[in-house]
Amino acid sequence: MNDFLRFFGLVVLAACALFAAMRAVGNDYVFYAGYTVLEYVVLACAWNILGGYVGYVNFGVAAFLALGAYTGVALSKIAPLPLPVMMLAGGVVAGLVGLGTGYLTLRLRGIFFAIATLALAVVLQTLITNWEFVGGSAGVYAIRPKHVPVFGSYIAYMVFLMLTLAVIVVTVSRAIETSGLGLGFIAIRDDEVAAEATGVPTLQLKLIATTLSGAFMGMAGAPLPYYVTFLEPSSAFNLSYAVNSIAMPLIGGTTAWFGPVLGALLLGIAQQVVTVTISSEVNLLIVGLLLIGFVVLAPQGLIGMLGLTGRRRSG
Amino acid sequence: MVSLDLLANAIVSGVLLGGFYAGVAAGATISFGLLDVANIAHPAFVVFGAYGAFLLSERFGLDPLVAALFVVPVFYVAGAAVYQVYHWAFERRGDDSMRGLAFFFGLMFVGEVVLILMFGVDYRYTSAAYASTTLKLGSIAFPLRELIPFLGSLAILAAAQLFLNRTFIGRAILGVAQDATALRLMGADPVRLKRIAFGISIALAGAAGALLLVLEPVEPSIGREFIGRVFAIAVLGGMGSLPGTWIAAVMLGVIENLTSIFAGASWAPAVAFGFLLLTLAVRPSGLFGR
Repeated sequence: MNDFLRFFGLVVLAACALFAAMRAVGNDYVFYAGYTVLEYVVLACAWNILGGYVGYVNFGVAAFLALGAYTGVALSKIAPLPLPVMMLAGGVVAGLVGLGTGYLTLRLRGIFFAIATLALAVVLQTLITNWEFVGGSAGVYAIRPKHVPVFGSYIAYMVFLMLTLAVIVVTVSRAIETSGLGLGFIAIRDDEVAAEATGVPTLQLKLIATTLSGAFMGMAGAPLPYYVTFLEPSSAFNLSYAVNSIAMPLIGGTTAWFGPVLGALLLGIAQQVVTVTISSEVNLLIVGLLLIGFVVLAPQGLIGMLGLTGRRRSG
Repeated sequence: MVSLDLLANAIVSGVLLGGFYAGVAAGATISFGLLDVANIAHPAFVVFGAYGAFLLSERFGLDPLVAALFVVPVFYVAGAAVYQVYHWAFERRGDDSMRGLAFFFGLMFVGEVVLILMFGVDYRYTSAAYASTTLKLGSIAFPLRELIPFLGSLAILAAAQLFLNRTFIGRAILGVAQDATALRLMGADPVRLKRIAFGISIALAGAAGALLLVLEPVEPSIGREFIGRVFAIAVLGGMGSLPGTWIAAVMLGVIENLTSIFAGASWAPAVAFGFLLLTLAVRPSGLFGR
């Protein structure tokens, strides 16, 4: 417990330092770029809870993100709620969908879950495209307030919220790694049949992982309408979310929390630079090639190459 | 009131469409059903095949169906190479689930981006004359752009079925699907057989791609629509049975077509995936599974 608090304190300190540094630059562009990078830190860590620890691939990252985003849109049509509440609501909806998808497919082999998540993205996109209430295929505008007390600009406020979420996800990831839950996850990843045979409640643990992972993705998605200010289905369900969220943990390394964080920071910042200086297509090509290169040649990711795969400590 | 003519036309067109889906899914039935290699990039290879046929018809004025003859051997070699990498990096280490999937996902994505960089996001189509001809039988229309992919896919399935059941290598591949270890004990090389089979599955994807170009204009990300269809068909068809694949595909084609006519085309993409989710939830062993 002491260890947990110390870690949490360190992460909060790091987050505060980061926010102060971004504040000190005094240019809104830093916030816009920083938001995207932080969003990917959250998505990569969330993906890794299921993909890295348990070994089940979720290709539907965009679906969970969009669920959060459209939950926010639907709620704002009914009542103007503060953004943190929308994030919670997005998390609940996406978590429930994660639970449902998991419940339908996780009793089968892992590949079926992966295909089902791909399917989920298309089904949800079709539903949203046909749902006029949230804008349908034409899209929807999200007007963000001009001024927020304390933070000044709205984008700084959104960065603050995303940073908070990132702190939570990282802390939860670390807590999973050092707990019995993490041991169960690893047992499933290494040999599910053996785990089941030795009394690990595999289905239950897998459902916990899909729900958590989906919920965090949904929470990350809720502020998205206010970030892009104009949200339409094909951008909310963009495949590049899935590619990035899979590539980042696999490039960073999937066995420990700092793998996805490292991957997201490196790849996220590099992409901000490449998108501005070259083009966004080339940027996606590079991500795809890195993904293939790393899974083929460096299965342990960067943290494996750097010898950081970390012995597990018990908390 | 729905007219009988409209219904009959919708069903016929659905059968033709479904027959083509069977051609697209045939390769996946071999790789996923028989070899246990979950190649989610399979539909992407179909789109590559379509662009290959497009390039050949653009540069050398070849008919897409003739172009298929050139696409197939190239795709066989590419498929064999992809399998070799897959085997070396994942299967050999027994680490084929998570990273293997990510590998194919990466291939799909990179291929799509390369196509966008080369051809842009515009729709590409064939200028072959028959693509706009329609045969009529009474009040029922048989557009050649649907009939030719239907017949071509039937040929693909028949050829694959004959190969697997009648030739020595084909039967050996079926043997690998049943028990690779037993095959190795009998002195055969399962990796070589799987390489051949995977090469064939990609070659079939290339041929289906040429048919896709006849059926409809293509753009780089069109393959995504087929992921759901291909896997819904492969699972529903009973994993590894080509006749089962054909029946499942025709069913899906008819349901999809009826949906897009009676509920609107924007709902059609969800049909295949809904079908798939339902199959996985209710009957994962497929319609004809044990």
